[in-house]
Amino acid sequence: QLYSSSLDGSIKLWDFMDGIPIKTFTVGSKLLALYALASSEDLVFVIIPKRGERDTFQLVSVKLPKAAGQDLEAKELSVVLDGVDASPKRIAFGREGEYVASVKEVNLQIYFFKQKQLNRFSVSATKTKSGNNHFTCVACHPTEDCIATGHADGKIRLWRNFYHKKEYTFSTLHWHHDTVMDLALNQNKEPPKNLSKLLSGGVESVLVLWHNESDCQKDFLPRLGSAIEYISVSSDGVLCCTLHTDNRITVINSNLRFAKSIQGLIKSTDVKTGLVVDPRTKALVLNGEPGHLQFYCLQSNQQLYSLDIVQRQYIHQAGLNQADLVKVAFSAQGKWLATVEEREEVSDPELQLKLWFYDEETQSFKLNTRISMPHDDHITDMCFRDMGELEDDSLIVVTTGRDCVFKVWVMVEDTDPEAQRSVSWSCDFVGSYHNYQATNCCFSEDGSLLAVSFEETVTVWDSVTWDLKCTFCHPPGKIRNICFGRLTCSKYLIGATDYGFLCCWNLLSCALEWSAHLNVAVLQPDPLSEHIAAVSWLSKESSLFVFKPNEPRPIYIQRNLCKEKIQMAAFVPRDEPETSGSQKYLWLRRSQLFFLTDTQELMTLSTKSLEERLTPSSKQLAVEETLPVTPFSLLLGKHRRQQSQEDVDLGKLVVRNKPEQDSPAVKELLHTPAHVLPSASFLCPIFINSLLISKENKSAEEVADEVEMESENTEDDSDEERNVTEMEQDDTSPMELLGEMSCKLSKSQERELRKLRKMDYSWISAF
Amino acid sequence: MGEFEVHRVRFFGLVPAGVRCLACQPRGGRLALARTDGAVEVYNLAANYYQEKVIPGHETRSVEALCWAAGGERLFGAGLGGEITEYDLARLCAARSVDGGGGPVWSMAANDSGTQLAIGCEDGSVKLFQVVPGGIQFERNLDRRKGRILCLSWHPAGTHIAAGSIDIVRVFDVCSGRTVQRIMVNYHVQKVKRECIIWSIAFLSSGAVVTSDSFGRVQFWDWERGTLLESHTVSTSAVLSLAVSEKEDSIIVGTSTGATFQFQLLPVKIGSLEKRWVRTKPFQHHTHDVRAVAHSSTALISGGLDAQLVIRPLMEKVQKKSYDAVLRKFTFPHRRLVSCARKARLLLFQFSQHLELWRLGSTEGTGKDGEVLPLCRMPEHLLQLKSKGPEHIYCSCVSSCGSWVAYSTASRFHLYRVQYEGDGVSVKKVPKAPKMLLPAYQLQFSSDSGSLFVASARGSVHVLQLLERGGCKHLHTFRPPSGCPEAVYLLAVSADRHWLAAVGGDWVIHVYNLKCLKHHCTVPTYSCAVTALAIHPLTNNLVIAYSDQQLFEFSIPEKQYTAWSRTVQNCGLHKAWLERDSPITHIAFNPKNPSHILLHDIYMFCVLDKSLPLPDNSTLLMNQSTLKQLPETARQRQLHAFKICKKFQPLLFADLLDENCLVMVERPIMDFKTQLPLPVQQKKFGT
Repeated sequence: QLYSSSLDGSIKLWDFMDGIPIKTFTVGSKLLALYALASSEDLVFVIIPKRGERDTFQLVSVKLPKAAGQDLEAKELSVVLDGVDASPKRIAFGREGEYVASVKEVNLQIYFFKQKQLNRFSVSATKTKSGNNHFTCVACHPTEDCIATGHADGKIRLWRNFYHKKEYTFSTLHWHHDTVMDLALNQNKEPPKNLSKLLSGGVESVLVLWHNESDCQKDFLPRLGSAIEYISVSSDGVLCCTLHTDNRITVINSNLRFAKSIQGLIKSTDVKTGLVVDPRTKALVLNGEPGHLQFYCLQSNQQLYSLDIVQRQYIHQAGLNQADLVKVAFSAQGKWLATVEEREEVSDPELQLKLWFYDEETQSFKLNTRISMPHDDHITDMCFRDMGELEDDSLIVVTTGRDCVFKVWVMVEDTDPEAQRSVSWSCDFVGSYHNYQATNCCFSEDGSLLAVSFEETVTVWDSVTWDLKCTFCHPPGKIRNICFGRLTCSKYLIGATDYGFLCCWNLLSCALEWSAHLNVAVLQPDPLSEHIAAVSWLSKESSLFVFKPNEPRPIYIQRNLCKEKIQMAAFVPRDEPETSGSQKYLWLRRSQLFFLTDTQELMTLSTKSLEERLTPSSKQLAVEETLPVTPFSLLLGKHRRQQSQEDVDLGKLVVRNKPEQDSPAVKELLHTPAHVLPSASFLCPIFINSLLISKENKSAEEVADEVEMESENTEDDSDEERNVTEMEQDDTSPMELLGEMSCKLSKSQERELRKLRKMDYSWISAF
Repeated sequence: MGEFEVHRVRFFGLVPAGVRCLACQPRGGRLALARTDGAVEVYNLAANYYQEKVIPGHETRSVEALCWAAGGERLFGAGLGGEITEYDLARLCAARSVDGGGGPVWSMAANDSGTQLAIGCEDGSVKLFQVVPGGIQFERNLDRRKGRILCLSWHPAGTHIAAGSIDIVRVFDVCSGRTVQRIMVNYHVQKVKRECIIWSIAFLSSGAVVTSDSFGRVQFWDWERGTLLESHTVSTSAVLSLAVSEKEDSIIVGTSTGATFQFQLLPVKIGSLEKRWVRTKPFQHHTHDVRAVAHSSTALISGGLDAQLVIRPLMEKVQKKSYDAVLRKFTFPHRRLVSCARKARLLLFQFSQHLELWRLGSTEGTGKDGEVLPLCRMPEHLLQLKSKGPEHIYCSCVSSCGSWVAYSTASRFHLYRVQYEGDGVSVKKVPKAPKMLLPAYQLQFSSDSGSLFVASARGSVHVLQLLERGGCKHLHTFRPPSGCPEAVYLLAVSADRHWLAAVGGDWVIHVYNLKCLKHHCTVPTYSCAVTALAIHPLTNNLVIAYSDQQLFEFSIPEKQYTAWSRTVQNCGLHKAWLERDSPITHIAFNPKNPSHILLHDIYMFCVLDKSLPLPDNSTLLMNQSTLKQLPETARQRQLHAFKICKKFQPLLFADLLDENCLVMVERPIMDFKTQLPLPVQQKKFGT
């Protein structure tokens, strides 16, 4: 059985095989952590904030009522420990739930349930340059009276004899140089059985296995990629898994061998590269592991591969300045990849521009040219000349830097006959404009024009002769983003300033075509259509505007896209254009739009309604029906037909679509584990009822179903009502220049977006 | 505090010998320690771990093992010389020696009742000796196999002996003398080419045998089945020593990396009978091999080749937080090895087998507080006197005028006349030194260099008269009226040559009248060891420092404690003063300020001003640095009697040369650590 607790104050019991909630218990206050013990089934422990006091928390036990029904109230609370830490890692239950240990700052308190005795121990606070010795986590031995605690200075203490206030004793293990993030203490499953195993992890990204509580016998599993946040050991001790800060779970065998990694989008410390689409694989490309570029496949929610760009040992230690990837650009066909890495130093940054060539044989990128210090200061932008058919001959990379110049890099044939590679890159042209810092650059679709923004001014350059063609300016405010229009709109240049203006200039007339007051955070053109997406950030919410440069009216507006700030966006071409789709989403026909927020949640806009998205699951159910015909399935089928007549509603499955014939109830009976079935006394009347042949052909089951559906609907209604009120508030928001054309969202879209925000973690179910 | 010109002396190149073995007196309050140079010391645990007795070493008498026998009354040592030596703790010398008959002796252990001694020899034999009055008697040989016996342990019942050798542990039945169990310690390790040396062994009453070996393991064996019960790897290098508490619930082990670990027998679960040995506290106090450990009822004690004796109290066993609860580290002896010729400005340094005489440097410069003055004459090494023979020096002294130097070994007494002719120095041995009861434990010249006082055994003090032309004659011998079996270890002479105070091993202070050569009085007995005493030159008050850090002032003419002393006892001394962990080793006076008493221990120098109020526990004891920052009026209010200076550490000797000139002899720890062999290389994180 799986229990979950949430900040809204409810504890849910789940059927984790099917992903269905079985029961909901309402507790009332915020639940920050949940502990369940094998020994007491109807008692769970939660951390709640103490009433009336800020930042103090207590551990309370909650008695879960046994009554039937889905929604229950759990009101029987009793305080076990006061003044505990809110982190779930800082409380652990000891052998068979005999005691509970809690750590906070420099104090360890242990409460013995049977004896009702509370012992407090503390370590004398010390502060060294590596940090203080505060407790960070605690773990208890499952069969012995032994408590392991981790400390901020990297030490692990093993406490014993702690039921004596004076004669307690502890030993110290020290390997970690930084905070011990989590611990797991377990018994050795293989003989000798009396030895214990302790696992610890921290920012070093190394899992340490301590044998027999000894400082001398330890094994390591290094290079786990990023800092270990949590460690968990399966109850049989065979597997252990670590959760990392970069959104990854690693499963490890008991002999400390790497078994499996569950990872989707790697969370990087800071996504500096932006969202880039690899033209070859259509994968999203962005910062991954430190110094690496991750290729993330959107369809399969998996990492395709990780390319080591920096190619240096990453030292897992806080406070070090290490080289990281800041800019990435692909050529049109994905044949060339340009990367910029820099190491942040106060006085002089260390920069490297690298150009990578895609090797068809090895199916990976190979380093072609490395340019040290391409600019004297940080590189602000980089782009390829995007000419699909003319690639190689006219391939150009432009970089802009804070050293007030932009540089044009071209490929040259190697004159040295002994050189292995035939081409390399070198600088061709250096341009500047009134000693302003160059901030952005972009090529027009045909590659003939290059636009470079210098603080407040946009300059347009001829890409053959490198002559300055014209300049645009929209003071005040520096240029934040620029892009050229495409296809029919290629005569327009769009720019966004940090004073909240979106401007569209006509390149033929060299005049401002239109401008709008919009605080644009992200400006993203669709490579396959004329559409340009602009995301604004105002009054703590992000809104999306999609427009064509040739008309100043947006064709699509989505207010309140999310509460987080959207940092970057990308149009990913669809494999095949979407055929069905409402008029409103016509602009999404060829590409899909993805956003990345500052909390590194990846979101997308879906054209389908909620109902449509749910159909695949019902299809899956149908697939199960078409299993191959085996003697067993025949036997089962016969049995099912018999049972269908005495069909019993178990009140668990929410049936949205009309069920096909008799399947759901049978399936339910077969799939529901016996221990979650309601009591026999509850089932009996229904069962008897079902045996009665009713005249109106309306079984008790259906009545119950209807009731359920109704309750669901009312829930939905209230949800919608809330949305509507939100929308009204939106309408009164100050950002109203484009407001005249604001269109309301359909409720289903709204709800879907909410679902989407959670989508980032959906890949867990794939495991 | 007063301003002094200080000679900061750092040329005393003393290198204390490493600690070789330790033995706790069973059910007693004493700890015996043997050093690598053969010296044996006895520490009194009850008297604040005072180094009560020192038996200087002997070149041919190495000590590999020490044990107390006969109910903790008698101390035996055995070593590579192949002899078992009994020490006379009253006369502080080796009393009797018996040849073991098995070549070098590596180990020795006494049974629980202290009636039998077992020794482990180079030739692989284990021999039993009976402890009889007046000596020991060979009893029998146990089953002999090849391979030196490095360690031994008796079963508490006295029925079996476990012996550790190389790669093997053997258990003997004492009655039959047969080997009843052989345990190969390397059996569980595959493909081991190195031999495994069992450095230390302990037999527990439960039948478990604990071994510590060169692989860094501490292992517990079932001796009857010969099976391994538990194995703990504590170090990557050897575990050299092991000691079990009397209750057998705690073990201390010492390793060659200088770390010590404690093992505790703890229940696996609350209230369950199943108990397991758990490694608990690690300590790293030593830099070199920890060759010896001991487990007293309240403390873990370890001694290393870095000459340190470390006493780490077990907090849970200590009742109240007092000086019992502090960590103690002893590197230097608790008695003075330096004597000073005040008038001639000479220092005499005592080494184990030679003496060095130095002339202090001098300066003409003057400067402000804290300034270093330039020397116009460098300190000069005048003389080195090598003692002949294998015996180590017991004591030495130089007279105030610098023209007499005396020292004593176990069997010989030497007196030299030193003459200074310009830059040259000539030494002449005084012939026909009077025959006395030897050895001398303390030597003291009178302030006018006219007589020499020799502290001797049985509480006696000899007075020698020194003659101008270079001779000497025995004048008188003082004996305590009631007799005393113990040797005198401290002497004090008054400046007017009227009084002599002497204290012996029974801690009774006798005062003798030198004018009429009579016993004058006895200072009321106090239940602690005297660590230093001196007689005030003007008032003839005897100032006494005890090992529990108490201070007394006793008026000799009036035969009673002075009023100030009574005040001190009534008010009590400051808590911080009482919790200091090293004893006062020397007391001096400033003739210019009669109310000043100058005291020092290893870590501090103190001017005690009797005219100022005593500090109470709420004030700061070490307040010199704060006082400096206060304005004059506030400073007057904050002043108290104890003016403490911690600038000179470790301080081996401090004395007043004249009214405003001090000499401080320091021995920086790092200076002598560099003279030790390199410690085991250890990788340190971040280097």
